Parts: sequence; structure tokens; C-alpha cells
Amino acid sequence: MPRATVILNAAAIERALTRIAHEIAERNENSAEVALVGIHRGGVFLARRLAGVLSGIWSQTVPVGSMDIGMHRDDLDRQPAPTLQPTVIPFDVTGKTVILVDDVLFSGRTTRAALDAIMDLGRPKRIQLAVLIDRGHRELPIKADFVGKNVPTAAEERICVRFREEGGSDEVTLERNGGA
Amino acid sequence: MSWNRNHLLDIQSLTAEEIVTVLDTARAFKAVGERAIKKVPALRGKTVVNLFVEPSTRTRISFELAAQRLTADVINFSAEASSLKKGETLKDTARNLEALNADIIVMRHSASGAPHFLARFLRASVVNAGDGAHEHPTQALLDTFTVREKKGKIAGLNVTILGDILYSRVARSNIWALTKLGARVTLCGPATLVPKVFEQMGCRVTYNVEEAIEGADIINLLRIQHERQRKTMFPSIGEYTSLFGLTKARLARTKPEALIMHPGPINRGVEIDSEIADSARSVILDQVTNGLAVRMAVLFLINGGKGPQEVAA
Repeated sequence: MPRATVILNAAAIERALTRIAHEIAERNENSAEVALVGIHRGGVFLARRLAGVLSGIWSQTVPVGSMDIGMHRDDLDRQPAPTLQPTVIPFDVTGKTVILVDDVLFSGRTTRAALDAIMDLGRPKRIQLAVLIDRGHRELPIKADFVGKNVPTAAEERICVRFREEGGSDEVTLERNGGA
Repeated sequence: MSWNRNHLLDIQSLTAEEIVTVLDTARAFKAVGERAIKKVPALRGKTVVNLFVEPSTRTRISFELAAQRLTADVINFSAEASSLKKGETLKDTARNLEALNADIIVMRHSASGAPHFLARFLRASVVNAGDGAHEHPTQALLDTFTVREKKGKIAGLNVTILGDILYSRVARSNIWALTKLGARVTLCGPATLVPKVFEQMGCRVTYNVEEAIEGADIINLLRIQHERQRKTMFPSIGEYTSLFGLTKARLARTKPEALIMHPGPINRGVEIDSEIADSARSVILDQVTNGLAVRMAVLFLINGGKGPQEVAA
């Protein structure tokens, strides 16, 4: 019995990113203000790809940063310490429209941590949120501005996102833990 | 990722993978120190006690700032102004601190094994900030962090530790860390302070300073610790300097890319020529900056490591 269902294949991920990039361009007229910040790990790959598409649309490079939100998590004393990657934001966020990029939006707690982490770096003009998958089950009042695909899930299911940057090919699957 | 410890007591019991985890985590915390807001909420609501039964300034300040930058509350407790002077035992002092709901106790003590002793009965996490001549784990971690940052690797490097090895917890912790990570360690100093028995830890021991520093990628100088020596271990400071001090003439015969390290406080003109300490070859102040990042990483990891037990309970 198959336990993993493919939700997005490589071509569908590419199309979703292209659409999100155009939505970002449509929503943000002042392209010079826009900067992307990917959340480790998957968000970083997605942010770089989105920046590539946006650079084509706007004919100018779009700054990209990467952020590890491990230090801002709200569950640090409930589990072993997470692996931390350096946060690299090679631009001043103050006055920018920062677009946070993540692969999966679930409880919203990662986004909450990322919002706090960004605020520690400066005062952005605004922050928007782009995600490849919104799987529901929010625990905080957080909503994405740009969504690749809405996927209704059960809480115990898992969304797995694989990237060609990590070897292999792009794919999003829905997996059922311990079922059947 | 591998870290599941409640305490950091020594380097000897760490695996190479655990050491690398601390160094990688410290890289993320070093970036925090370079921002306008040098603070993250990782230890919000936690209490860190600096229990310094043996005096220290730089290590205590480094731990204090590290805890503050993680948003922990910090209490500094020094032996001179404490009930230890009134005859309270270390165990009772520690229990009292725990009764105040201290989460992490950072301890320096002149007796080897004192932090291990605390860790056996405390629920709080214990971090060894130096115990006698035994170990000084965060110093070794910041030293290896600095080496890796400057040289891009540790395995295969030649590291020479020069000076008072016998009484040095810095030397012991460094030897453990460096050998676990694949560096070749050479020890050098007066024969009375560098017993041959250190060869059993996998080090080369030599009493000829020129031989020790020739071919070295890193030269780590240690201060002569008069306070720890029971009797005079060499004839005079002047003789030590002429036989083992890092002078410009000696430095000229080392590899041009060899870096000079020192855990501080430095004694200019004794173990190191003053100009060398201020030269581009010296990474002594980088060590101080990195020490803060490494201590933030340790406090962060220790706190997180408490999790599984709590969840299971």
C-alpha cells in the first residue's frame, strides 16, 4: 500500500514559483525595495530561485538572504537544541519590503520566530510571506501572502519537500506516518 | 547534529562530532555578535549562575556576556564575597543556588573534578569554566574554533603548545580537542613543566623551542602560572624568556603563515615579545571574540539538551 503521495513534481514546483514571482512583482511596484529572506533549509533554495525569476522580470538583481530561526524558537527547552546555520542577510532590512520564503507553512510558529528574528536586524517597511505549501493547522494568527499550493492535511501526516540543490530532484510528497 | 548532554564538564569525554557541533553552532552565534542588536531570546527566562570559586575576570565576563546575549538572567557569585568563606561546603552552596531555580551553573574551581562532583547531584546543567589543572573546555573550544576559522580546517595541522603544560588545564583541554580533530600536537617548555608522560596523550614532546616551532601552523603560548606551581620549576623568568620565549628572531624561523595564539592574560616580554603580540600574526583578540560565540553556543546546546528527559517525565 503506497504511503507517499506526490503533490507537486518538478515541473509543477517550477510553475508555482514562476506564478509566485509574478504575484510578488504585481504586488510590489517599487522593485528596488524588495529583498528575499529564505528560512533554513528549504526556504533558502526557494528564495534563491524566486530571486532568479524576479531578476528576470525586473531586469535587476534582487537581494537574497538566509535565516536560521533556531535561536528564536518557542520550544527550545522542550527538545534537544537544533542545528544552527549562520543567518546571512547581506543587506540592511530597514525600509525594505522583506519577503520571507519558506517551504511549508504549518503551525505558523516558524514564521513567528522569523518575524522576531527579522525585527532584531532592523525595521523593514513591510514583511510579506511566500510559501510553497500551505498545509493548514495554524496555531497562530499568521497567513501567507503568496502560496504555491494549498494542501489539506491531517495533523499526523507529513509534507516532505525535496530539492535538486540537495541532490536528487524537486518533489513534494504527502506521507502518512505509521499508517497501514 | 549530535548534542544530547546536560553538562559540559570536559573535552576528554566528547566525541569529535560533538566538538564540531559546538563549533558549527558557535559560527551562528558569532554572526549575532556582529549585529546592531547583539541579542537573541534563546534562553529567555532561564537563570545562569557564574559560580567562580577561583578568581577569574575574562572567563567570567565572557560567560556573563554570553548569557546576557541569550537573554538569560545572570547571577555572579565569587568566593571572596560568599558563604564559602564562612565554612559552607560547595555542595550546600550549589544546592542553595539550585533552590533559587538556577538552570545553568557555570563553575570555576581550583580543585580538579569539582564540576563533575556538582553534576552528579544537581538537576541544573553544569558548565566547567576551569577546574584546577584538569580541564578548561570552553577555552579549547574557542581555540579550535579560531584555528578552524583562520585555517579552514584542523585535521593535519601542526599545533605547538609552548610553556607551562604541567599545570595547564588549557593545555590538557586543547590536547584532547586537537587530537580528536586530527591535528598533530607538539608540546614544549622547561622539562619540569612538560613531563614526557604527555606523549601518552598522543603528543610530541620536545625541549628545543626552535625544533618545536619549526613547521608549526599554530603556536599556542601559555602563561607561566606562578599561582599554581608548588615550588620554583625553573631558575628565573629571564632564563625562561631566553630559552622558551617567542622572540622576533625565533618567529623569523617559523612558517610565514603560522599564527600565534595565547589564552591570556599575556605577559609581554616573558613568553611573548610585545611586538609579536600586536602583529598581524597574532590572533589573540580574535580568540576573545570567538570565546563569546563559543560560550553562547555551549549555553544554548546545554539548555536544549535538557529537553528529552523533561518531555519523557
